[in-house]
Amino acid sequence: MSTHGEVPQENSQPKPGDKMKTTTTPHSLADLASARVVKAPGTQPIGSGLEARGVHAWFGKKHALKDVTLDFAAGTVTALIGPSGCGKSTFLRTLNRMHEFIPTAALAGEVLLGGKDIYAAGTDVTKIRLRIGMVFQKPNPFPSMTIGQNVLSGIKLAQLKVSNTKELMEECLVRAGLWEEVKDRLGEHASALSGGQQQRLCIARSLAVRPEVLLMDEPCSALDPGSTFRIEQTISELSRTMTIVIVTHNMQQAARVSDYSAFMLSDGGPGELVEVAPTNELFSRPRDKRTEDYVTGRFG
Amino acid sequence: MLVTKPRRSDQFFRVIVTSGGMSSLLILGLILAFLAYRGFEVFRLEGFGLITSSDWSVVEDDNGSVVSQSYGLAAMLVGTVLSATIGVFIGIPIAVLSALFLEFYAGRKIRNFLIALIDLMAAFPSLLFGLWGFLVLMPSAEYWAKLLHKYLGWIPIFDVPAPVFTRSPFIAGVVLAIMIIPICTSISREVFSQTPLDRIQAAYALGATRLAMIRAVVIPFGRGGVIGGAMLGLGRAMGETVAVYSVLNIVYQVNWQVLFGAGGNIASMILLKIGEADRDETNALMAAGLVLFLLTLIINFIANFLVSRLGKTGR
Amino acid sequence: MSNLDQVKPGMPWLPTRKERSQKALSFLLSVLASVVLLFTTGLNGKLGWVIAFFISYVSISFITEYRRAGIPAAQDSLLTSISRFAIFLAIIPIVSILATVISKGWRGLHWGLFTQDMSQATVNDSIETGGMLAAILGTFIMVGLALIFTLPISILTALYLTEIKGKFAGLIRFLVQAMSGVPSIVAGLFILSSIVYPITQSFSGLMGALALSILMIPTVARTAEEVLLLIPNDLREAGLALGATQWRTVAMVVVPAVKSGLVTAIILGVARIIGETAPLILVTGGGDATNFNPVSGPMGSIPFYVWKAFLLGGSEESSYRTWAGILVLLVWVLILFMAARLISSRTRKR
Repeated sequence: MSTHGEVPQENSQPKPGDKMKTTTTPHSLADLASARVVKAPGTQPIGSGLEARGVHAWFGKKHALKDVTLDFAAGTVTALIGPSGCGKSTFLRTLNRMHEFIPTAALAGEVLLGGKDIYAAGTDVTKIRLRIGMVFQKPNPFPSMTIGQNVLSGIKLAQLKVSNTKELMEECLVRAGLWEEVKDRLGEHASALSGGQQQRLCIARSLAVRPEVLLMDEPCSALDPGSTFRIEQTISELSRTMTIVIVTHNMQQAARVSDYSAFMLSDGGPGELVEVAPTNELFSRPRDKRTEDYVTGRFG
Repeated sequence: MLVTKPRRSDQFFRVIVTSGGMSSLLILGLILAFLAYRGFEVFRLEGFGLITSSDWSVVEDDNGSVVSQSYGLAAMLVGTVLSATIGVFIGIPIAVLSALFLEFYAGRKIRNFLIALIDLMAAFPSLLFGLWGFLVLMPSAEYWAKLLHKYLGWIPIFDVPAPVFTRSPFIAGVVLAIMIIPICTSISREVFSQTPLDRIQAAYALGATRLAMIRAVVIPFGRGGVIGGAMLGLGRAMGETVAVYSVLNIVYQVNWQVLFGAGGNIASMILLKIGEADRDETNALMAAGLVLFLLTLIINFIANFLVSRLGKTGR
Repeated sequence: MSNLDQVKPGMPWLPTRKERSQKALSFLLSVLASVVLLFTTGLNGKLGWVIAFFISYVSISFITEYRRAGIPAAQDSLLTSISRFAIFLAIIPIVSILATVISKGWRGLHWGLFTQDMSQATVNDSIETGGMLAAILGTFIMVGLALIFTLPISILTALYLTEIKGKFAGLIRFLVQAMSGVPSIVAGLFILSSIVYPITQSFSGLMGALALSILMIPTVARTAEEVLLLIPNDLREAGLALGATQWRTVAMVVVPAVKSGLVTAIILGVARIIGETAPLILVTGGGDATNFNPVSGPMGSIPFYVWKAFLLGGSEESSYRTWAGILVLLVWVLILFMAARLISSRTRKR
């Protein structure tokens, strides 16, 4: 596993001219991806993984997501990629029941966490969200709280009992790669931090309730390349201890951080899962023509 | 655009619109000026006694000429503040909780129906509240007052010198509470609905219940706006005339015992006295109106400041 | 594929039938408990019952939620039931008011109400004699005049705030809001002190209309400002880019685009003043006889009619009169309210 920690670092050194969103040749993407050692499912038995079974989603009459079946093995990083509007964010939000906050939302299918459907009747949704954390596109720390309070906000919100909050705070900030920058200013308000720091604070906040799964909805799309690099590092660190699902527009990012990639596409109708494979395979030998077109930059 | 001189029609347009826009300044200034002008003599006569004394009397001899006059507003001022405060104390918790229910708990159809109903209530004329308060509410409120006195009578403000429970500041306060509930509910709901969605989602994604989310996100965000809304309600309650007049017994004596059937209210006193007042007393009533105007103006300024600060910074 | 087509959108997060019946059960249980409380303790009367029900409902739902999902959920249920109770308390008065007005008001209704005035009748005469003609007419005249005074001032104010955005815009916005807090009696006093005493020395409908205007301006100006703010700036720029002057852009593009919004503003303004009582008592003289002339002679109004019947009455007839008057007023308020909602919902759809 030692390679796993180092490889992404080597490959994600920001080189001059290596802008995040530039289209690249299929070679470099595939190289990037195959430089990673794919974590086989079950090698890191932390948590229990997540399985989506025939998930459909609707907004009112609009069918937004069609029949997605996808396994997220414990301890792996899975990237959801695809052009805008392909339903990848919608799918992500069905995985911790954030989908239902949209008033007209509807759903079919099952999402199994540890073999149990999180949509089953009588499930306590707040407990599900404690086990499946989420990091949003835009950093959203609570502005009325200090940095330290933000880290522990999940503990307070869910009224969990924690014996040593100070240790927990430090641990979470260290894991999110923010400790060194904020250890002397824990009492300051979160708005004093830069965008990238705020996003890492949000990751630290999610970690404090010790989730098994972490969902990330384009966590770097609002950030500069330097911050993106730090967050990718954090993801690599975290992936040893938890299951991560990350939605990203950036194929290089997917190639750098993920073990598996799932390509989703909408042809104007509901979004569908086209192909899922170990990331290096998906980028070097895509089975589906549409995947190939996408990863080679022919559309999207 | 910058170098060419604006066309004449545009200049004319700007002058017209600007002068129209200044009308609110003009009107408020005129109100202030005329009431102050009329009330000036009374200020000179009474000095600070106008707001510290509670003796309001005009004594005439047999020929109808004035022997002595005294104009003190203290009792009315205390009564106005007292019943408006009672109204806010009863009304605001109900309004804020209702707003929370409408914004975060109610289903969509029920929500729309209830919002329409509450907006309708906000459009009811105060006369309606007054008559309903007199006929329907007062008998019930009198009973509630007796209960309060029975169980909480040991607290000084719930004590009464004599068992007279009708037309008390408490009853006026209940009517005012009912009158301000709709407006404060809509203001609070408006404020709550501006809570940034990403913060709400962040709280939910951390496993918060609705209560925990509201405490962590909605309340810190909306506090200022809700307090501003409460102040607007307070201002409205202080300026209310006919609704209070219908259910309050006006007595020229400072009374802090809210359940006792004797209270004061500047607006109602003006309405009561203006018909039969001679020249001096009319001027005194103008002075009273000025005091009421300034009182509501200050409260409205504070309220609008609190509400608009929220809107501007967006936090 | 055939079984895929059968997938139906569901909302698994909604309470199941079982959960719903449990909720209904706990509701019934609280009713039962409140009745038991009523008989076993000193509580009595409607208020006692409401309190007993509230206590039992809150505690029963707290306990069921606690057993289902622990302390946080139970606390959440506490806020749920308390906020439900609050909205219930907020709704009771409106239901009671509507019921009272309708049940008391219809007995005083008769056709003469709209064809006769009170010049030949006192409030304690039998209800067939006399009516609201003078009052309704007076209200129409005064509201109409107030509208004529208010409309230009309010729209100019709104245009100043949205189109010119002069350096005083912040101040003016603040003052308009402050003006909406002017107590109605102060508006009446102002007209008395500035016009009635020094100039006309008599009461008239015009004075009433002026007092009402002061109360109406802020409502109309603020609503008009809100609708003008909804106009996208492109529209203004398009007008200016075509070489039109600002004046022509506003007159030909901006104002027509918000026509229905301005109508809403007017309706809300009328609804604000139609029931105003205190300033009219002060400055109109409140005539009983039909008077078409707003500049001379006292003029009646619906609120004044109601107020007079309420204050001077004492008989059954006066009570009928009061509530019939209130019913007529309420019907007007309802019509205005519905019109405003209808128009604004139609514009929102577009």
